Amino acid sequence: MLELTASTRLGELALDVALSAPAGRCLALAGPSGAGKTTILRIVAGLLEPERGTVRCGETTWLDTERGVALSPERRRCGYLFQDGALFPHLSAWRNVAYGLRGEMRGRAERRRRAHELLERFGVARLAEARPGALSGGERQRVALARALAPRPRTLLLDEPLSSLDARTRAAATRELAGVLREAEVPAMLVTHDFAEAATLGDTVSVIADGRLVQEGTAAELAARPASAFVADFTGAVVLNGVSRGGEGGLSEVDLDGGGTIASVERMTGPVAASVYPWEIELEPPGRSDHGSARNHLPAVVESLTVLGSRVRVGLRASQPLVAEITDASAQALGLAPGVRAVATFKAAATRLSPR
Amino acid sequence: MSGGVAFRAALLVALTATLLFLTVPLVAIFVDAGPAELMRSLGEPGAREALLLSLETTLTALLVIVVIGAPAAYLLATRSFRGRSMVITLVELPLVLPPAVAGIALLAALGPQGVLGGLVEGAGVDLVFETAGVVVALVFVAAPFFLSQAQAAFAAVDRSLLEASRTLGASEAVTFVRVVVPTALPGLASGVALAWGRALGEFGATLIFAGSLAGVTRTTPLAIYAFVATDLDAALALAAVLIAVSGALLLSVKLVAGRRGPLVAWR
Repeated sequence: MLELTASTRLGELALDVALSAPAGRCLALAGPSGAGKTTILRIVAGLLEPERGTVRCGETTWLDTERGVALSPERRRCGYLFQDGALFPHLSAWRNVAYGLRGEMRGRAERRRRAHELLERFGVARLAEARPGALSGGERQRVALARALAPRPRTLLLDEPLSSLDARTRAAATRELAGVLREAEVPAMLVTHDFAEAATLGDTVSVIADGRLVQEGTAAELAARPASAFVADFTGAVVLNGVSRGGEGGLSEVDLDGGGTIASVERMTGPVAASVYPWEIELEPPGRSDHGSARNHLPAVVESLTVLGSRVRVGLRASQPLVAEITDASAQALGLAPGVRAVATFKAAATRLSPR
Repeated sequence: MSGGVAFRAALLVALTATLLFLTVPLVAIFVDAGPAELMRSLGEPGAREALLLSLETTLTALLVIVVIGAPAAYLLATRSFRGRSMVITLVELPLVLPPAVAGIALLAALGPQGVLGGLVEGAGVDLVFETAGVVVALVFVAAPFFLSQAQAAFAAVDRSLLEASRTLGASEAVTFVRVVVPTALPGLASGVALAWGRALGEFGATLIFAGSLAGVTRTTPLAIYAFVATDLDAALALAAVLIAVSGALLLSVKLVAGRRGPLVAWR
């Protein structure tokens, strides 16, 4: 179990969080850049000391500002994966991996064997003699991961491990990283600004914004019940601002800013952010609405079409911007093109409300 | 159109004049005496003695500069503290100081009648008219060349490398030796070369502070000065050696810097 409380000011950022990650689990710290996610990792690793805070790993206290305890980074021994890998440029791949083994292994041959094993595991053993400068982004990241794992760290800290990779390498790297996290018996924290990445790699997701924990839960929980418009937006939902005036039969009627009214099965009054996922929005030709069970209909004009495999993301201009995700086939059937009018339709049951 | 041609021609003339003015005197040294004569003059006891003394004193000075200067430059490069830019300015001051001023300043501080003269004497050290005095003068004038290069080299080391080293179990001192110094090596090497070049040519400060005592404080530049009146061939021979060594040092700086990218003048 890795537990952390920290409160500190760093320039513009006022950080104040309490987080924990159980052994064998990965806590994904997600949020926009500048939210303080990396700062949290640095506090855990001992690279930054907060004004007030505690860090405990298992039975050991690494930091307790009240009692004046602050272990140096080398005594905490976190497996820290840096954003760009931070490989030592003057050392070959295997020497990079062996760097952290000096403490436990006296013999060079032994260290070399262990480094090779790890490189083998990540499929880069053939690059053992190469300098980091000669490696691709994906290869560098694999070597860096092997290096972080080599000294059997007591926790894993991963700072945007996939951000420097191109889309093609990223898919493979994500699978590998998921495998590493599954096998790891230590607690892990992963920083990302991408909700999909947090959902794939984190057992729990903590959404951090402006130095504070906004919401914590599984990715599914966050998507289903976003605590705020920010979380809804972050999970990829369409967010519509309005004022709810309640309503009959357990429904809330929300008058949207800029015109139009939608219904939600959630009860809340006052200013709200209504969120709905793009794949829950259907498009119909104008004048043909009020058929199915969906209660919400917003007239809109198509602004953009983005093809994502067999699906199409349709950007729409209504009283507020909308995005719908529909199949390629229905987009063709509807003759969608920029400027075409359509009605965005979605269920009250798919419309979540959060206070604003 | 013709104005453009005239301008380009003017640039070319300026460059040619510059090049001739700066290289002809150096070439003249080799032409004036001739290779055989130069080799013979180098065999003279006074000349050999001066070269060996230069080698000994500059290497000793370099050792002192690197051993003390590297950690000092690291501190200046990585920590921010009150008065840091003031300290940096003070450290760089000898760069622009006339050598004669440096010599007088050293006398005023460490000479027999100097501010710290009693301290030096009490420690049982003689500096004036002694080889140790030459080393002191060389350290004083050459150290800033190394310090400013080393500081830039240390500052350019990616901080995340140091942090990675720490999380992998290395202390700050171990990190300095195993990560910082190797990564900053090209910059440190060019600092050493520049400081060495400056130390080899040192004249004024040495003359004023340590004197020109044959075999004790008469380094190569001082020997050249002494030979000019008595044995011009020997002076030319020593000058030729200094040109060769300085040229080699400059070349090595360029090569090292060229590998890093900036500062490169030619390929």
